[in-house]
Amino acid sequence: MCLSILPVKRGESKPLNPLKGTLTNITRRIMNNIDDKKDNSPLGAGGYNHTKATLALAKASFRSITRSPSAVIFTLAFPLIFIVVFGFIGGGGMKLDVAIAPGSDLQNPVITALEKTGVIRLTKNDTQENIEKNLEKGAYDALISVKKNPKGLPAYFTDVKYTSASLTNGNVLKSVLNDLAHQLNSVNQKPTVTEIRATTITGRLHRTIDFILPGQLGFSLLSTGVFGTAFIFFSLRQNLVIKRFFATPVRRSSIVLGEAIARIGFALLGALFIIVIGHFAFNFTLINGLVTVLNMIVLATIGIIVFMGFGFVVSGLAKSESTIPPISNIITLPQFLLSGTFFSINAFPTWLQPISRALPLTYLNDAMRKVAFEGANLWDVKQQILIMAVWGIGIYAVAVKTFKWE
Amino acid sequence: MTDKKAIISVNNLVKHYGEFKAVQGLSFEVYENEIFGLLGPNGAGKTTTLEIIETLRAKTSGEVLVDGLNVDRDANAIKQIIGVQLQAAGYYPNLNLVELLALFAGLYGVDVTPMEMLAKVNLQDKAKAKYKELSGGQKQRFSIATTLINSPKIVFLDEPTTGLDPQARRNLWDLISEIRNNGTTVVITTHYMDEAEQLCDRVAFVEAGKIIALDTPDQLIDNLIAAGFERKKEVKAANLEDVFINLTGKAWRE
Repeated sequence: MCLSILPVKRGESKPLNPLKGTLTNITRRIMNNIDDKKDNSPLGAGGYNHTKATLALAKASFRSITRSPSAVIFTLAFPLIFIVVFGFIGGGGMKLDVAIAPGSDLQNPVITALEKTGVIRLTKNDTQENIEKNLEKGAYDALISVKKNPKGLPAYFTDVKYTSASLTNGNVLKSVLNDLAHQLNSVNQKPTVTEIRATTITGRLHRTIDFILPGQLGFSLLSTGVFGTAFIFFSLRQNLVIKRFFATPVRRSSIVLGEAIARIGFALLGALFIIVIGHFAFNFTLINGLVTVLNMIVLATIGIIVFMGFGFVVSGLAKSESTIPPISNIITLPQFLLSGTFFSINAFPTWLQPISRALPLTYLNDAMRKVAFEGANLWDVKQQILIMAVWGIGIYAVAVKTFKWE
Repeated sequence: MTDKKAIISVNNLVKHYGEFKAVQGLSFEVYENEIFGLLGPNGAGKTTTLEIIETLRAKTSGEVLVDGLNVDRDANAIKQIIGVQLQAAGYYPNLNLVELLALFAGLYGVDVTPMEMLAKVNLQDKAKAKYKELSGGQKQRFSIATTLINSPKIVFLDEPTTGLDPQARRNLWDLISEIRNNGTTVVITTHYMDEAEQLCDRVAFVEAGKIIALDTPDQLIDNLIAAGFERKKEVKAANLEDVFINLTGKAWRE
C-alpha cells in the first residue's frame, strides 16, 4: 500500500539517468522512422514488426471464427444440408406417380412391364377416394386400370385416366405406354415396315449435384463474406476492441488484413470441405481432378473478397447489432434466389433475367459450374472474373466511404 | 519537487467537440515513477485528456510530450512505451485469456509468456476462461495485464475500480502500487477520494476542462484545513468501510 506522503524515495528509484534517457529517445525516434518505411527493421527500441501483428490478428480471428456458431452454420452446415437434400432427391431423374385402380388385375404383363421401366412409381393399394383427390392435386400423374378381356383378344384392356393437374408428366406417360403397348403387341411378330433400333451414347452424366454444389458453394462464400465481416467489424467497433487495438502500435491496414486472412482462410477451408464431401459422397464431377479443385479455390477466393466488401459496407451502415441481419439479407437473399443457386436463371421469366445477370453471385456460380463440369480453365471464365472484379472495385469504393473505425 | 523528472508534460491542452469545449487549457506534469491521479466529476474532461495523451484522440491545440516524444509526430513511438486500460473496453470475442494475451503480444511485437502475464495479476486459474466470464475485479486485473505486456514506462488506468466491491478494490490498489514499485509510472482516474488519498502520490482536480488544484493529497488536505475548514461530523478512528472490511475479511472473493 502506498503512502499519501511521497517525497523521499522517488529520486533514487529512477531507472534511467537523464542523459541515457534522452539518447534512448533519439535512437527510438530514428528507429521508428526507419520502421515506418520498412516492416522488418532489426530489433531495437523501435523494432516493431507489422507482419507479426497482422499474423497475430489473423490467428486470433481464425480461432474466433471457428468458435462462432453462426460462422460454422452459414459456411458449412447450411450448404451441406442443401447438398445432402438435393443429392438424394435429385439422383434418379424423372419419376411418374401412377396409381393402380382398386380391383385391377395385378398379375399381368402390362403391370410387370410398367414396373420394369424404372420411370414409373406404381402405387397399388390406395383407395378410390384418395386416388381421385390426389389426381386432382396432381400428386398422382395418372390412374391405371388393367382388366383381362373375357372375350379373348386383345388379352387385356388398359384404361388410363390422366389429370390436367399434371399434363407434362401425363404426356410422358402417354409415350411410355404407347411404346410399351407396341413392344407387348409385337412380341413374336416380325415388323412389317421398320424396326427402330435406338442407342444412346454414353455422355457425361450431369447430376443434380453438379448444378447444386457450385450454387451452394457460392452461397456459403456469400454469407461468410457478408454476415461474418459485418458482424465482426461492427462488434469490434462497438465493444471498443478496435479502440484498444489503436492503443497498440498496430496499423489499421494490419487489422483489416489480419481479419481478411482469417476469413478468407476459413471460407476456403469450408469450400474445400464442401467440394470433397460433394465429390466423394455424391459424385460431384471434378473433370480435371485436382486442377479443377485449384481453379475452384481461386474463384472462391475472388468471390469471398468481393463479398467481404459488402460486409465492410454493412458494418459501416449498421446503427445497431440488430440492424445487421436485415441489411445483410437485402444483399444476400436476392442473390441467393436469383443468382442460379437452386435453379438455372434461364428458368426465370425474361423480365427477371437482366436482374439476375447483374448480380455478382450469378457470375461466380456460372464460372464454378463451367470449371467443375465443363473443365473450363480460368482464362475461359475471364468474362465472369472480370464482372466480379468490377463489382469488387465498386463495392470497395463504397466501403472506403462508409466504413467506420469508431 | 523540482528534482523530479517529468515523464509526461501537458501544456495548455485544448479540445473542442464542435461547440462543446471538453478541455480548456490544461497544463500539468506527471513525474517518473509516481502514481498520478486525475480526479473530477463525470464529463470534466478526464477521459478526453487521457485519450489525447494516449494518442487515441486528436487535440485542438496545446502541446503534449510523453517521455520526450510529441503526440503529434511520434504517436507510434509513444504507443510502444505506454500501456492503456480503457474505460469499458471489450476484448476480441470467443478467445480465452491466454489467447487474448498472445494476440496483444503480437500487436505490441513482443515475446511474452501469457501465463507469466496472468501470474502478475493473479489470474492463472482463469487461463482458459473467456473475458466475459470473469468477475468485475478479474476483468480489471486482466485489462491491467494487457497493459503490462510491452513492459511500458507509463500505464494509464481509466476508472479501474468503478463498480468493484471493497475487497476487489483493495486488491487492485495493491496491484497498482506494485506496478509503480517496479518502476512504472501510473496515471489513474477515479471518482473515489479515499482511493486517491491512499493510492496517489499526487492528484489533479479537473473541473469543466480545467485543473483547479494539483498537489499531494496530504498537502491539499492540509491547505483546506489551514483555510479554516472543519468537518461537521466528529472524525472517528474508523469509517464504515473499515467496518465492512473488518466484518467480511480482506481476502477478495470472486
